[in-house]
Amino acid sequence: MATLTAPVKEIRKSEEQEALITGSEAIAVACKLANVDVITAYPIRPYDTVMQYMSQLVADGELDCEFIVAEGEHSQFEIVKHASACGARTFCGSSGVGWMYAMEALTVTPALRIPLVALVGNRTLDDPGAFGVEHNDALSVRDLGWMLVWVDNAQEALDTALIAYRVAEDRRMFVPLAISCDGAFLTHSQSYVKVPSSEQVKKFLPRYDRGDLLLHPDNVISVAPQANEDWVMEMRRQNYAVTERACDVIREVYADFERIFGRKYGNPFFEEYLTEDAEVVLLGMGTLSTPVKVAFDKLRKQGKKVGFVRLRWFRPFAGPEIAKALERFKAVGVIERDLSLGSPDLSGVVATELRSAMYSHAKTRPPVLDFLCGLGGREVTVADVERITDLTFQAANGKQQPLTQWIGLRG
Amino acid sequence: MGQLFAVEVIGRGIFQDTLAKNITRGIVLAAHNEGKLGISFGRYGDSPERNGIPAKKFAIVASDEKTLQLGMAHYQPSQVDISIVLDDTLCKGIESWAWDGVHAINEAVKRGGTQIVVSTQDPDALLKLIHRRNEPYKLGIVKGIASFSGLWVYKDDHTDVRILGAIAKAMPELFGLASIEKYIQAKLKDGAAKAQSAHKAYERFTPVEIPAGKGNAEPLPRFELPGWSEMRLGVSVAGQPQGGPFEDPVTKKVGGHRPVRNDKFMKYTTRSQRPVINFQTCTKCTLCWLNCPDGSFDVTPDGLYDADLNGCCGCGICEAVCPVKDCITMVSEAEFHDNDSQWLRFKKNKDDYITWLTTTIKGAEKERTHGFRYRGQYQEQVPAALEIAQKS
Repeated sequence: MATLTAPVKEIRKSEEQEALITGSEAIAVACKLANVDVITAYPIRPYDTVMQYMSQLVADGELDCEFIVAEGEHSQFEIVKHASACGARTFCGSSGVGWMYAMEALTVTPALRIPLVALVGNRTLDDPGAFGVEHNDALSVRDLGWMLVWVDNAQEALDTALIAYRVAEDRRMFVPLAISCDGAFLTHSQSYVKVPSSEQVKKFLPRYDRGDLLLHPDNVISVAPQANEDWVMEMRRQNYAVTERACDVIREVYADFERIFGRKYGNPFFEEYLTEDAEVVLLGMGTLSTPVKVAFDKLRKQGKKVGFVRLRWFRPFAGPEIAKALERFKAVGVIERDLSLGSPDLSGVVATELRSAMYSHAKTRPPVLDFLCGLGGREVTVADVERITDLTFQAANGKQQPLTQWIGLRG
Repeated sequence: MGQLFAVEVIGRGIFQDTLAKNITRGIVLAAHNEGKLGISFGRYGDSPERNGIPAKKFAIVASDEKTLQLGMAHYQPSQVDISIVLDDTLCKGIESWAWDGVHAINEAVKRGGTQIVVSTQDPDALLKLIHRRNEPYKLGIVKGIASFSGLWVYKDDHTDVRILGAIAKAMPELFGLASIEKYIQAKLKDGAAKAQSAHKAYERFTPVEIPAGKGNAEPLPRFELPGWSEMRLGVSVAGQPQGGPFEDPVTKKVGGHRPVRNDKFMKYTTRSQRPVINFQTCTKCTLCWLNCPDGSFDVTPDGLYDADLNGCCGCGICEAVCPVKDCITMVSEAEFHDNDSQWLRFKKNKDDYITWLTTTIKGAEKERTHGFRYRGQYQEQVPAALEIAQKS
């Protein structure tokens, strides 16, 4: 599975082409299509696969950009922050504790209105040192003004990276955006991907124009002075305003993506699978979708009315839309690869967030169960999904269930 | 509601931080000897760990717990019964480290309240600096030079207990002399001498009534804070235009360079000393202009360097780097009542300027500011300071 393929060398000018590439390479191809100016890198698995593809593109003369290997993740994110302030389109990324090591740089980026696009190759946070996927790394910035999106296949990774630049660099936004790709399942697995032509991308992605925020001798400004309580609250309100309009901007960009590339994503915020006549649904993010879809195809043949909602955008969290989509079901089961230790109901981050959205926006509130699974990169099997579905059906039929349950755990 | 008292102590960052804290603690502890409750704290936004920054500390005292809670509901009291200034150069106005405009030193004093200043000057001299108010108040002097008591190795010079003595006189309902003595004996070293100092300060403290409208009439630099939707995005501040040459008012020659400075960011209240420049001995070596961390120097049309005294924070680097003896001399702010250009004054009447310069520098060499002029100066000043304190 985890084989390095030769990078997609030739981007055709006016014609789409197909390639067998990994999720990481798909991101690299998107960066090439977006013609990024500055890339910073520091190796950590699984993000480092992107770094390898990128460095090869640069070494082969396929991509003309500054490729800087920093001495650590903190510098990696600081460098692109400054480059972006100077008007460069940038790319950066990390995984797990590398992402956490950059935390101070990550926290300052939204307030400075830096439209940095980053890849988080989701990885377990140490300790123990482990490569496998968990989502707590990316989720750690969920309250800080970053946009967060999860993808579940290489095609979506490529498309979402293009969408990410367009959304982040929209003047109404100007905030950083992280694309989450599940370690191993997506970063290291190849599949067929349609690579758009450079002409299409040119139509979709305008030049990054920082306007009066450009740090340049011809536009003299100072950025990030020290301030006291007379100023901070107003600055926070400015970032809050971004979150107020984020969903509208994302909708607009997806519509334009569909117009130019012809690929439809429907509702940008979540994908619905077999939900139309479903009685119970599961909801999850990332590559968990694969075993769920396989299991549900099987269960549907047995006459069980099950559906799946795959959440793409976690920030912004499209609360009213998600609640509206879920209120009609008899029970909702959240499956998630993260923890929120000590949270209400001792659930994961996604279930806690979803319950909050349902409380505010749903007309009827079906039980929302939470299933913690696949931690540390453990495989979530079709059998696991069947068990989760069974428990959710039991809740739908009125049987009391614990609100949070561990699945695939040795007793 | 019971009785509620608020006292503020204004000092210079780092140098008087410990002294100010000792005073506000002393107020609370002395009042406690009369059964009152209180808290002592510093204004959080001041960042008093920065050299010379005007910083405030407060003591809130109440007759009972509920009343104290009422006093604590505002983090920073906007009205105080007594305001104490530990360095008389602060009388020109103060600002928090995170700049929000210059505030009058007596701004928070309640109608009829008392402003206490540690100074060797008399009230009339200080009123040239202290801004006028619309309400009457009292002004009293505790004779002394700006004290460093409590800072690192500097000796305790009894400034804290002398101020407590003055407070007992200004507001006996807060605490009396007996309560100060009890506090001194219980908590401080060298109790007998300190009790005596407090007693003397009590006896000598004679505040004068300042009627409404008396004092410095100069307007204070202030500005309106913008709303969130008007502010620039990205925590960014627009740069100032480059500036350019300007006219010599005497020769009418145009030349030199004056940068445009941010008129909302004047740092002069941080300053307790300012550079005084001898334009006749200046060799135009550029070092002051190059090394000034705040870009406070203008290049004049005749190639001299003139410190802009609204932007200068009095750090003394220009004096340190100037290779010519006595060409730039840091002089105590107490000597000055304006921020006018020295170069303009020099151009208008050179002889007059040089005469003023030599007398000012001569007098200033005896003055201590927050930047010592040489090692051991503090020790030399102790006898003089004692004399001032004892004879006042």
